[in-house]
Amino acid sequence: MNKFLRNIILIAITIYFIYYAQNHFDSYTLSILDNIGIFAILALSYNLINGIAGQFSLEPNGFVAIGAYFTAILLIPTDTKLDMFALVDPAPIILQMKAHFLPAILIGGVAASFVALLLSFPVFRVRGDYLAIVTLGFGFIIRIFAINNPAYTNGAMGLNDIPEEANFLWIGIICIVTFLVMIHVIYSKFGRAMKSVRDDEDAASAMGINTFKMKTYAFMTSAFFEGIGGGLLASMLTTITPDQFSFLLTFQLLIIIVLGGLGSMSGALIATILVMGGMEWLRFLDDDITIFGMDLGAHPGMRMVVFAILLIVMMLFARRGLLGDRELTEFFKKKSK
Amino acid sequence: MDMQIFLQQLVNGASLGSMYALIAIGYTMVYGVLRLINFAHGDIMMVGAYFTFFAKAAGLPFEVAVLIGIIGAAVVGILTDKIAYKPLRDAPKISLLITAIGISFFLENLFTVLFGSTPKAFSAPDYLTKIFHIHGIYLPISVIIIPTVTLIILAVVLWILYKTKYGMAIRALAFDIQTVKLMGIDADRIIMIVFAIGSALAAIGGIFYAISYPSIDPLMGIIVGLKAFAAAVLGGIGSVGGAVVGGFILGFTEIFVVAMFPELGGYKDAFAFFFLILVLLFKPTGIMGQDLERGRF
Repeated sequence: MNKFLRNIILIAITIYFIYYAQNHFDSYTLSILDNIGIFAILALSYNLINGIAGQFSLEPNGFVAIGAYFTAILLIPTDTKLDMFALVDPAPIILQMKAHFLPAILIGGVAASFVALLLSFPVFRVRGDYLAIVTLGFGFIIRIFAINNPAYTNGAMGLNDIPEEANFLWIGIICIVTFLVMIHVIYSKFGRAMKSVRDDEDAASAMGINTFKMKTYAFMTSAFFEGIGGGLLASMLTTITPDQFSFLLTFQLLIIIVLGGLGSMSGALIATILVMGGMEWLRFLDDDITIFGMDLGAHPGMRMVVFAILLIVMMLFARRGLLGDRELTEFFKKKSK
Repeated sequence: MDMQIFLQQLVNGASLGSMYALIAIGYTMVYGVLRLINFAHGDIMMVGAYFTFFAKAAGLPFEVAVLIGIIGAAVVGILTDKIAYKPLRDAPKISLLITAIGISFFLENLFTVLFGSTPKAFSAPDYLTKIFHIHGIYLPISVIIIPTVTLIILAVVLWILYKTKYGMAIRALAFDIQTVKLMGIDADRIIMIVFAIGSALAAIGGIFYAISYPSIDPLMGIIVGLKAFAAAVLGGIGSVGGAVVGGFILGFTEIFVVAMFPELGGYKDAFAFFFLILVLLFKPTGIMGQDLERGRF
């Protein structure tokens, strides 16, 4: 069968499923699906910089925060803003910023992407572990800025009453777009260049690839979709605070892409469903636990202990994750010599 | 700023800088031998403070409790290496980093589950909290003891590194792990010693932290650990002396900037990363470091 036709049909079926789910599923199921969709967008884009370009960075919480704040400020009506900013009056520019939903999340993405561009100059002068710690620091700095600039972000109280415009239809379609863009990037000349940077930076450089440029492209693309994911998150939750964008968010995404196999986009999708579904399912760990009639009491945080152990065990025994760095379709292909 | 306030801030800065320095030494030593940023190091510091707290709560004298905290942290540090890092010696660096993050997250959440996330009040014995009042300067005795102990510890670490056989082995490992193994040195044992020293120093830093801000919580190691790492990079990663210099610079900067520009107080935690980015932009080897690809202490 024609491959192009097959893909079109697959996408059409997925969109029909999303449309059906939006209209027929109950709100609890939809909220889980929303969550999975948003995390899929984040994991797919995080996988581009970490898995494909091989730059181990820990910044997605920063970019998600930027996207979320931009979208929230653009969406909230002026009157609501005046009411909400309790500590100090909002800055005039905050009051003027206003946009519809789609432009708002796109602006969030562009803003995150722009910050990524600025950040890439100091960050990509270093490799490996330094990169990890600088990007981790960046995530912290964004949070500190959000807390300390109440005229723009309403400080530690965060923003609420964000119009709830993101529904599963939006999230699902943007998720599909993200997936298609990522696949397209991976199999383009840029994707091949990024992979070569991952596998051997010096060799790639010797072959005439501008490694800095490739890393920056990957970083900006990744930041763009993380910003959009952040915007969707803000609009879905209707309330955001700086503490939501802590390292925990990055940690969850890291587990997802490592479980799926660093560099595998379909792996990231499957792992998102497993991890987010698992998180929901393991919720009982945070509640009262009774073993053999003994009440052990509630232990909030137990879930995270389990996930940390999961990450360590995965790294020790199944370093390549579920799919390694291959895509799902590559498993069905006949080996050609 | 008049003289009294200046001196007051100077001692405060020295005390804060000592804490960063102690933790930074552990980062720099582990990085020297394994080329690994031990993300869990800040949490080892937290573990040390908690062990001390519980030993003290169990009725042991403060000095014994401190010893238990130090030994406990060293044991946890060694276990971390044995469980999470040793199986991955030949794996790519990223795998090691990910397990380090996993261990860090595991310790933070385990302690939250076991002991709750509310901060616990940490009471030091009276002779450490006594306050002297000289010419308008308030000196809790701890701000004198902390830098003094730090400098003594620095001397001991340097003595171990440069005057003992183990120190020689550690320095050799930092140069070339494969050759050292061929020379018949048990590399894993030396790495274990490095983790023990680093974790013990982190525990001392954690106890100083607990004395200065008299409370501890399971997440206290995150920010302090990151800042200490920034201090280690600032001083030149891999250099023990550099870690101490970086720690003191960071401590003084935080205290003085906040004293002179109180409106910047909220950004205190961000200074370390600005430093880090500046250092990486202009002098990636740090103040006392040399070539990054070569080991040295």
